[in-house]
Amino acid sequence: MLSEIPLSYFLVVSTLMFFIGIYGFLTRKNLITILMAVELILNSVNINFVAFNRYLFPDQLEGHFFSLFIIAVAAAEAAVAIAIIISVYRRYSNIDVERVDTMKF
Amino acid sequence: MIDFSFTILIPLIPFILFLLLGLTSGKMKPVLSGYIGTLGLSVVTVLSYFTAYQYFFNREAGAGVFEKIIPFHTVWIHLTEKLHVDLGILLDPISVMMMVVITTVSLMVHIYSMGYMKGDKGFSRFYSFLSLFSFSMLGLVVAPNIFQMYIFWELVGVSSYLLISYYYEKPSAVSAGKKAFIVTRFADLGFLVGILTLSYISGTFDFVTLTDPQGALITQGTSLTFMGISALTWALTLIFMGGAGKSAMFPLHIWLPDAMEGPTPVSALIHAATMVVAGVYLVARLFPLYFFVAPDALTIVAYVGGFTSLFAAVIACTQTDIKRVLAFSTMSQIGYMMLALGVSGYGGEHGLGYMASMFHLFTHAMFKALLFLGAGAIIHAVHTNNMNEMGGLRKYLPITHITFLIACLTISGIPPFSGFFSKDEILVAAFESNRFLFFVEYAVAGITAFYMFRLYFNVFWGKSTHYHHTPHESPFTMTIPLMVLALASMFTGFIPFSDLVTSNGEAFTLHTNWLVAIPSVLIGMAGIALAWVFYKKETAIPDQLATTLSSPYKWSFNKFYIDEVYLFVTKKIIFDRVSEPIAWFDRHVVDASMNRIAWVTNLASDQIKGLQSGQLQKYGFIFISGVIILTFTFVYFLFN
Amino acid sequence: MSIHELMFYLFSGMILLFSVLTVTSRRILRAAVYLLFVLVSTAGIYFMLNYQFLAAVQLTLYAGGIVVLIIFSILLTSHISQKFEPLGVKKMVFSALAVAAGALLSIMTILDFGFDTVVTTSQNPDMELIGTSLLSYEKNGYVLPFEVISVLLLAAMVASIVIAKKEKSK
Repeated sequence: MLSEIPLSYFLVVSTLMFFIGIYGFLTRKNLITILMAVELILNSVNINFVAFNRYLFPDQLEGHFFSLFIIAVAAAEAAVAIAIIISVYRRYSNIDVERVDTMKF
Repeated sequence: MIDFSFTILIPLIPFILFLLLGLTSGKMKPVLSGYIGTLGLSVVTVLSYFTAYQYFFNREAGAGVFEKIIPFHTVWIHLTEKLHVDLGILLDPISVMMMVVITTVSLMVHIYSMGYMKGDKGFSRFYSFLSLFSFSMLGLVVAPNIFQMYIFWELVGVSSYLLISYYYEKPSAVSAGKKAFIVTRFADLGFLVGILTLSYISGTFDFVTLTDPQGALITQGTSLTFMGISALTWALTLIFMGGAGKSAMFPLHIWLPDAMEGPTPVSALIHAATMVVAGVYLVARLFPLYFFVAPDALTIVAYVGGFTSLFAAVIACTQTDIKRVLAFSTMSQIGYMMLALGVSGYGGEHGLGYMASMFHLFTHAMFKALLFLGAGAIIHAVHTNNMNEMGGLRKYLPITHITFLIACLTISGIPPFSGFFSKDEILVAAFESNRFLFFVEYAVAGITAFYMFRLYFNVFWGKSTHYHHTPHESPFTMTIPLMVLALASMFTGFIPFSDLVTSNGEAFTLHTNWLVAIPSVLIGMAGIALAWVFYKKETAIPDQLATTLSSPYKWSFNKFYIDEVYLFVTKKIIFDRVSEPIAWFDRHVVDASMNRIAWVTNLASDQIKGLQSGQLQKYGFIFISGVIILTFTFVYFLFN
Repeated sequence: MSIHELMFYLFSGMILLFSVLTVTSRRILRAAVYLLFVLVSTAGIYFMLNYQFLAAVQLTLYAGGIVVLIIFSILLTSHISQKFEPLGVKKMVFSALAVAAGALLSIMTILDFGFDTVVTTSQNPDMELIGTSLLSYEKNGYVLPFEVISVLLLAAMVASIVIAKKEKSK
């Protein structure tokens, strides 16, 4: 049965996934891999929502719908991010995040 | 009685002319704008003559007192039920009389300027300003409440400023305009405070209510006092301060001589005949108030008037600029009018001084405008203001010569010219109430005759100066106004003023006091004779006299150093002692602290700008570390 | 060990393993594929929690849509054979330290907290319920966020076209 697995296990998994995503965000240089790290972060949050929904308020669907909307937003975000990445690539001929530093002082 | 509502057109037409000429200035042919201005003003003149005729002469027999008529009236600013600012028209003897004076002189000046200002590049501008002035001045005299009067009072100040600095490329004209504006503005501060005090006490701005001898204000007065003096006395004294500023009474007179930097027709219109008598008109307008509730203020009026007339007359004896001589003469004559008001009583024969003041205002407007226009004609002919560079002009300028002579005789009080009658009434009024001032005015009458004929002989007789160009008589546009005004100066003395313009509208019979009249004529004659001896032919007497009396001469020549006193007070005391430290404080404390703050901010930001590396991941790292540290702190330290 | 536990450990293990690989792999295309595995395992978790619709959306949209998009953009901007430079030690160590601290903090907090779990029959929300909830404006209805999301998607679509399209040569 599901009750054999405590809720906190799901949360631990999603936390680890979240911080792995952050690690990727901090260390990767390629903009696309940074985008992938961001997707990881979003996913971990989704797991949280779904787990909370199932364990704490099983007769409602709020977490479920939140996850659904987050997926939609993530799709939009990915589309725009990739558009930006392609535009950056056209301008700088590479997508190294350390090279894109026009906004410094 | 006919319907007087058409009188609204009298101020309105000049206003429309002002807009028309001002807006089309530069697009219309200058001559055309001159014609339009003159034509419009002649319509206004006809209207005001018609009004005067209807008001004074076309009334039922035995109608008695002249009423105050308000043919047009509208509430402009509604403050409270009792207190509101209205715009309207008030017809009473003095406003109708002033309308006639203003339109007559203004029309003459309009015609005259067609010749005098011919070819000037600001011709249209000049005419639009003249229209603005006529509008403002007419609005001032017909004002039925003191607030409308104040508005138009400021408007005449503005038009005076514009016309004095008409030659705006000349620095002296510009500074003269500023001086006139600032000095009269300063005086108007007193006027405004006076208005506010008066309306606070009485709850109304309305002249008819204010000056009603049976009205609440006069019968009850006020219990308010300030420094032991009734608030009403304060209010009326402050209002007189405004009047003194506009009428160039000592010690607020310093702007008038400088105002002669404006074109001569302007001096004739504004600084001789109309605007400068606004102060007299103001006191006359509020005369019942002065007489009944603030006799002390009225005494101040009398003494200020008397002193100014003497003071200005003495200065006029030594000036060499012919326009300045006339300016000081104007001050002196306005002093006469103020004095007459100051010594006057109220009602019937007691109001002799009031009537004399208005009478003199009327005649003075005519002969002083004539003098100024004559001076303009002379300047036009010889291109200088300095009378020492003139002489023997009677051969070249016959019409100007005759009319100028008439004006000089008039101002000297020689019968049967108009000045004799009006001045005589003033002297009688002074004789009956204040002997000291009466003798002062006797002296002034003599000095007036002397300096006017000094001017006359110096210009038209005396040495025969050699001129670069042979002077020639002015064109008809200039000589016709001279002749008209000369006729007016000769015959206006016969107008029965005591039947028409009196303090309470009640006619009274005038008795000539020969005991006063004959000596005054003799003193005038003496002044003329003295001038004859000194200046008819070139003699050494004046110079010798100037040397023997060198220190009084110098004082008079330098206008008793009043300008220097003002300069000392403003520059040495206010600027150097007050403004300079404030400016220093502003620059070295206020500004400097701001600069220091800016400098520190700049320095600090220079130090920390390196943090903005543009490296996204550094930002992310700092952000996440911060979040983790904060969370840690909150979870394990703050909420445990 | 029940089937649920087995599934949970399997999927969790896969998620963690492939997450780490996603952020450490030096070949970008492989990283994308590892990401795909992570997403699929997440969908497995959803299945396990009995949210079939959500799991299907996760599979089609994330795994099918976004990963394909990412792979396309990788092909547009990089060489497949290209390997990343190894990371600088300093950067790696500091990031790892920060991340480890954060993870430790969170996990300890989670484990400290006693959740008030409700054990119920884990029923599966059927399609009809989801559909009516999405379009309902009653209580527990989601028509407003639904509409907002639709506008957002339109905006994102327009934005990505505008941003990515070639600038006109002047």
